[in-house]
Amino acid sequence: MGEIVEIFLSASFWAAVIRIASPLIFATMGELICERAGVLNLGIEGIMVVGAFAGWMTVYSGGGLWTGVMVAMLAGMLFGLLHGTLTVPFGLSQHVVGLGITLLATASAYFAYRLALPRVTTPPRIEAFQPFPIPILSDIPLIGPALFAQTPLTYLAFVLVGVVSFVLFRTPLGLALRAAGENPAAVAAQGLSVTALRMGAVMVGSGLMAVGGAFLTMSAFNSFFFEMVNGRGWICIALVVFGAWMPGKALLGAVLFGVFDALQIRLQQTSIGADIPYQIFLMMPFVLSILALVIMSRRAAIPAALMVPFNKGER
Amino acid sequence: MRPEMGAQGPVLRLDGITKRFGALVANDAISVTLWPGEVIALLGENGAGKTTLMNILFGHYTADEGSVEVFGAPLPQGNPRAALAAGVGMVHQHFTLADNLTVLENVILGTQPLWGARLDMAGARAKLARLAEDFGLAVDPDARLGTLSVGERQRVEILKALYRDARILILDEPTAVLTPQQAEALFAALRKMVAQGLSIIFISHKLHEVMAIASRVVVLRHGKLVGEVAVADTNPGALAEMMVGARITPPELRAAAPGATLLELRTVSTPDRGTARGLRKVDLALREGTITGLAGVSGNGQGALADLIAGLEHLSGGEMLVHGAEPVTWSVAHALNAGIGRIPEDRHKTGTIADFSLTENAILERYRRPPFARRGWMDWGAARGFTDTVIRSYDVRCPGPETRIRLLSGGNMQKLILGRAMEGAPKIILANQPVRGLDIGAITFVQTQLLAARDQGAAVLLISEDLDEILTLSDIIHVISEGRLSPPFARGTMSAADLGRWMAGEGFERGQDAA
Amino acid sequence: MRLELIARPSPLRLIGFPMLALALTVVFGSSLALLAGANPFQTLGLILRGAAGSQFALLETLNRATPLIFTGLAVAVAFRAKLWNIGAEAQLYAGALMAVLIGTGALGWPSGLLLPAMAGAAMLAGALVLLGPALLKTRFGVDEVVTTLLFNFIMLLFISMLLEGPLKDPMGMGWPQSSRLIPEARLPRIVEGLRLHWGFALALIAAGVVWVIQSRTTLGYEMRAVGANRQAAEFAGIPVGRVMLKTALLSGGLAALAGFSEVAGLKGNLTLDLSPGFGYTGIIVAMLALLNPIGVVVSAIFVAGVFVGADSMSRAAGVPTYIANIMLATALLTMVLAIALTRYRVRWD
Repeated sequence: MGEIVEIFLSASFWAAVIRIASPLIFATMGELICERAGVLNLGIEGIMVVGAFAGWMTVYSGGGLWTGVMVAMLAGMLFGLLHGTLTVPFGLSQHVVGLGITLLATASAYFAYRLALPRVTTPPRIEAFQPFPIPILSDIPLIGPALFAQTPLTYLAFVLVGVVSFVLFRTPLGLALRAAGENPAAVAAQGLSVTALRMGAVMVGSGLMAVGGAFLTMSAFNSFFFEMVNGRGWICIALVVFGAWMPGKALLGAVLFGVFDALQIRLQQTSIGADIPYQIFLMMPFVLSILALVIMSRRAAIPAALMVPFNKGER
Repeated sequence: MRPEMGAQGPVLRLDGITKRFGALVANDAISVTLWPGEVIALLGENGAGKTTLMNILFGHYTADEGSVEVFGAPLPQGNPRAALAAGVGMVHQHFTLADNLTVLENVILGTQPLWGARLDMAGARAKLARLAEDFGLAVDPDARLGTLSVGERQRVEILKALYRDARILILDEPTAVLTPQQAEALFAALRKMVAQGLSIIFISHKLHEVMAIASRVVVLRHGKLVGEVAVADTNPGALAEMMVGARITPPELRAAAPGATLLELRTVSTPDRGTARGLRKVDLALREGTITGLAGVSGNGQGALADLIAGLEHLSGGEMLVHGAEPVTWSVAHALNAGIGRIPEDRHKTGTIADFSLTENAILERYRRPPFARRGWMDWGAARGFTDTVIRSYDVRCPGPETRIRLLSGGNMQKLILGRAMEGAPKIILANQPVRGLDIGAITFVQTQLLAARDQGAAVLLISEDLDEILTLSDIIHVISEGRLSPPFARGTMSAADLGRWMAGEGFERGQDAA
Repeated sequence: MRLELIARPSPLRLIGFPMLALALTVVFGSSLALLAGANPFQTLGLILRGAAGSQFALLETLNRATPLIFTGLAVAVAFRAKLWNIGAEAQLYAGALMAVLIGTGALGWPSGLLLPAMAGAAMLAGALVLLGPALLKTRFGVDEVVTTLLFNFIMLLFISMLLEGPLKDPMGMGWPQSSRLIPEARLPRIVEGLRLHWGFALALIAAGVVWVIQSRTTLGYEMRAVGANRQAAEFAGIPVGRVMLKTALLSGGLAALAGFSEVAGLKGNLTLDLSPGFGYTGIIVAMLALLNPIGVVVSAIFVAGVFVGADSMSRAAGVPTYIANIMLATALLTMVLAIALTRYRVRWD
């Protein structure tokens, strides 16, 4: 038990928690925006791969770090545009289109990677985002290094939660978005375009998912390799449900998730972990996600028009 | 025809509006003029083209021909915002409100610039309070819409239009969800609005309401404008004929011959399901050769009662006797085996499977039994034979039994459901809103069939929100309110107004809902 | 823009749009080849030749199609009932695991008994793997898309754990792989000397059985009704929850047969790269077949041909083999759009 207490008291543990949570926060906010407007975006897993590749590739070919983030976002929005076009005006199955986008996006990223680096076996590294300790705040014991000595992208992730929350609940645009996810007919009756709102939400949301992917290559692993997203997108979908479609609660879920993930990594190195196959630890994030879904399933917070296409003039 | 309003021009002019959907002409060169401070009624059967006309006015459709003018200025077509900006407000029959948003959020949706930095809630709250005060339409601005009653939701829908400074208000079947007294209150509010200079188009198919509120009636039939008369110059009978295009012969009514009780509920309660209300200690007896009518505002427990009899709901208290015995278990299969014929409330969502053929739909309730299936193997030949019988006996107009049912009109769809339910000569019939949304031909057909079944000894439970239908067809009437059931009233003992008071919850014993 | 249902779509519409979707896919694939510096016509030719240019190529394609028919059927059965089983990958591995557990010598039976026992155990395991998410859906209303997806990862880690632990082949020189099946546990070749095993025939039989179930039995009628309109099915007295569970059992069992057939027919042992995503590709196969079980056979062979052809083309022309995945994903997306356009007309009023 002493070992576990020790883990919880180490600043590096909490720093890892936040680092693990950051990409999930971006992608979860992206998914949350889509779902609030009424579109389930199962393209998330593939869009994260595209973001990871696009961001990394930009920097690798000499672009700036922030340029990389922008390129990743634009690439994500492009796939969002495709997803939105098929699911919103054409009202195709969000399940099928989402999975199709994931396949297409993943394969495109891998194809482009192989095209750019045909023979490489060791993934090349880039000069990624460096920690940017905030003066004074980062000197606070324990939470200082954890919260205030992270890379700029992590700070951005936390700011993003506030922005998404504000836009959704305090602005006319946010009200219209939420209404589009609850009863699109109400939006259309006011002369607002459900199609434009949902398309916009899917595009912006997809852009954020891609930034979440870019975090992996530009702020965590510093290189691109196959299978690197490894189910994080699906976990984000579970986090949206866990957070009851509220940005703040979803953030809490992502951090909680980070705690478990960071804990399992450290437990593997303790005496407790020595006797347990490492695969058990690696399973934990997925098992926890399923548990979260089961626990939260009774909540009625789900947007009423989620996955319901809106066809103008249909009676 | 024109009220004394001085030399002002008309507030709204629809001129020669034509709209085609494929081969169907939904609106055929329709012209309507609305003057300031006037209430006109747009009268017509389901499918006459009323909704299409209003959708064109609102920019949801563009007309193939014709033009719209509001306050003398042409209204650009296909642009819903233009209609709103020009001061046209619409109260939809299916409210365009979101359950998970508050009243205030619903009202201000779309009224502030989309890219505004922040919602102005305080200003909106003040304006809403003022409007509510002015027109006597009180609502709690912070209540979640999902918690409101149907009447309150309609108030929100009206306030939404007024909040946008509508000068022309269009109400689509606004009284369908109200008690007679609530309808009176609505009319009072509408008169206040007219007094303040608003003009109103009132869409309805209820003649006495049209006579009560409108000064002029425009009648549509099969997409054509077939008449335009001042209320003072007409009467309900003439309007009905104009609307239907023929003299209406109501189904012939013979005296009821009540027999034994086939289904009885004794202090029955059912659980609440989310926002859907359950039953509270309900006593009910359905007797042979009787039509029992159930009146009430929608959402007061009709769903629970229908589900219970259909086999989809279970008792949480009391007892149910079917053919004099209490069933040990209760399910759809038991209900069907007990000879209960069921006509569901929503023929699209629960009555049929849109992408299935007529055959596959016809056997939905009996696919597991011979001759349609033996030991798990389907006999499609037998199924087609059965479907042919239903199609012939119930006059279902269709290209054939293999047609997908979504291609049928509502009336023919309902005839198939009726045939499916009646073909087994059921002793108990659950008819939940059996004629909603049908044209007069189909309505008469369905009602005649129900009456014939009664005359042959069936016990019919008729659930409807249309009081006229209840009063015409029922031998016994109950009123349902908040899950409670009124005592039975015999035919002719209650007026619509009497029933309305019960619908509003008056007359029920105190403490009855304690459990 | 508005979509309007077409009562009786013309044959031109019914054939034209799907053809257009395939054409778009080919054009898109060609431009990718161009991007990779290859001649698009040559690339397509190489794919075609690699997939069906010789007896060897054709048999390779049919071998690759075998697991795809099983997973395609699994997805088609489930999607028809609107049970979104994205976990065919996990069910496949569950089937492969059972095949290995029994087939490496646990039962010293002759082939005639051993192979059915392996197939049966595989189906049971696959069915149970999907039963979990299906129960979570019917009991708690948990969306099965996410749970089945997450189960894929859990299953793969579980297999990895076994292959590095109790199931590790002592002769495997440290590789995470299982021991090999005993000869009696191998599926024989259909024709001696030709590299095509009985798994393919089993897949064709499975497709026929699924077709019969869907069109001729009450269970099939129930599954279609639940998928087409759950509420109406409930009203009609169809036990929706039970039908969902039965669908899950059937779907999971079918996907598991893919694992059984790959282990017993082709590979002979269990490794972590047994399936290069057959479970996910099954979704493409099923959608391209419009969920029709007979169509699944055709589309599985088509999809397998694209993969096999792209592999061989990649070796010859140097275009990354991921072009196959891109083209198939494109085919999927354009095809669902095309199918919608055969039924709906786009109107701009």
